[in-house]
Amino acid sequence: MSTDRKPGFNTLAIHAGAQPDPATGARVTPIYQTTAFVFDDVDHAAALFNLETFGNIYTRITNPTQAVLEERTAALEGGTAALAVASGHAAQALVFHTLLEPGDEFIAARQLYGGSINQFTYSFKKCGWTVRFADTTDAESFRAALTPKVKAIFVESIANPGGIITDIAAISAIAKEAGVPLIVDNTLATPYLMRPIEYGADIIVHSLTKFLGGHGNSLGGAIVDCGTFDWIKSGRYPTLSTPCASYHGITLAETFGNFAFAIACRVLALRDLGPAISPFNAFLILTGIETLPLRMQRHCDNALKVAEWLVRQDKVAWVNYAGLPDNQYHALAKRYCPKGSGAVFTFGLKGGYEAGIKLVSYVKLFSHLANIGDTRSLIIHPASTTHRQLGDEARVRAGAGPDVVRLSIGLEDVTDLIADLDQALATI
Amino acid sequence: MNHDSYRDAYIADILSSCRTIAMVGASPNASRPSYFAMKYLLTKGFRIFPVNPGQAGKDILGQTVHATLADIPGPVDIVDIFRNSEAALQITRDAIAIGARVVWMQLGVRNDEAVKLAEDAGLKVVMNRCPKIEYGRLSGELSWAGVNSRMISSKRPVLGAKGVQHRVLKATGE
Repeated sequence: MSTDRKPGFNTLAIHAGAQPDPATGARVTPIYQTTAFVFDDVDHAAALFNLETFGNIYTRITNPTQAVLEERTAALEGGTAALAVASGHAAQALVFHTLLEPGDEFIAARQLYGGSINQFTYSFKKCGWTVRFADTTDAESFRAALTPKVKAIFVESIANPGGIITDIAAISAIAKEAGVPLIVDNTLATPYLMRPIEYGADIIVHSLTKFLGGHGNSLGGAIVDCGTFDWIKSGRYPTLSTPCASYHGITLAETFGNFAFAIACRVLALRDLGPAISPFNAFLILTGIETLPLRMQRHCDNALKVAEWLVRQDKVAWVNYAGLPDNQYHALAKRYCPKGSGAVFTFGLKGGYEAGIKLVSYVKLFSHLANIGDTRSLIIHPASTTHRQLGDEARVRAGAGPDVVRLSIGLEDVTDLIADLDQALATI
Repeated sequence: MNHDSYRDAYIADILSSCRTIAMVGASPNASRPSYFAMKYLLTKGFRIFPVNPGQAGKDILGQTVHATLADIPGPVDIVDIFRNSEAALQITRDAIAIGARVVWMQLGVRNDEAVKLAEDAGLKVVMNRCPKIEYGRLSGELSWAGVNSRMISSKRPVLGAKGVQHRVLKATGE
């Protein structure tokens, strides 16, 4: 039992959510690779299905390995509860499915991961949810985008691909004025660098695939409930504040208090749409999280050195890394993520589109692939890959113009990383 | 005593040392939070006396409903208030009168005057908490739902005596 001193971040990263297995004493969280769980009797089963008691029924709804990952993620973010799902995309889909009805609108920063832009623009439109884009570097543009139908605001804390730092507090003020929850995708920062709850976030999403899992081996996503939004007072989110037809009329926000949103995402959206995380993936991600503080610091320290080296190269036109002192987001970085500006950033080649394509084919240590947040350093030319499906203008607005190369700096010796970029640049 | 946050040991000791709960504002409606809490706490071995003048003489979950706290035949450890914050004051006076040890107010229920009255009379008070959620949190069961229990421990959780997937709360000994 805790003695109520608040454990530090390193301790939480290893221990939050986990205790030795009571049946065997196993210290590490077992991989409960099972689809279903036995009941004591029919009454026990009924109580579980009615949410009257806690326990596992079926791995699409809950799983004990997954539960440890959920509590770990919630604890690291300072939230009240979390839900782990199959991918970051799934996390976003379930959040919006829980919050919005057809005909509703939401505001999103336009500086986003290309996959989120596509999800919002195409698939969400199919569900009847309309996105209105605003400029993450100009908080007032969020206020200007408000309409009576807007029910949520979505931003990335450190924005993909360019590593732009978002002024979350300023956008949170607008969300609070408008009475809508603020959703922050904290994937690129992770709670080690920044905790959006401290700046007014109500819901946090993660692609666990990236820095949290950290080893490029498992897909996963997470929704964290900050426990800060008053669903009943708002009255605009009937899923949470009115009787729930599929659970005999309970009102989720009343029954579950400040973790009702996470519960709703699980017992309604995940239950019916099904993007569950595999217990094995949950286990691997959990193992990765144990070293999150060590890894993130090394990621950031390496990234700064690589960025500083790139600035000095003739063939490089510009480098956008908030850790560099003359970067336009440097002041925001010092305020929001003083330990480091992350490991994902972009730079531009004087040789443009063609030089970008050449560079990614000549590196020998950096891996050319679509991912970020691996121990391995990664490189990609977004215009020809992750942001290819956007139009020219949308690409530029998203920070993925034709000359842009994105790096995700890993944990290798930084001298080796610099040597690899050096030899590749020499061929252009 | 700070009622904005409680030490885990304070709550755990109350829940593991108390055996009887009088639930004021208990409802026969299966979708109400009081019904959920009552059903769960019954499975954890608590003796529960529902109190609700409108349901007096009937029963909820097999327990006879009483009109007032004074009607309860037997000692009551915790008076659990499922009424609004204003009503909590008189209920607290009644709880003191019947010799209860703890006044417990549900989520969203706070009454500082009632707190002073109860603590001056030697009772413990818990406000703005649900005993089902607290029992679930401290025993580890709530963690199965991905909830942040805010506890760190290298000790094995305590299994319930019978059945699968049951945890019980033990006194902390602090």
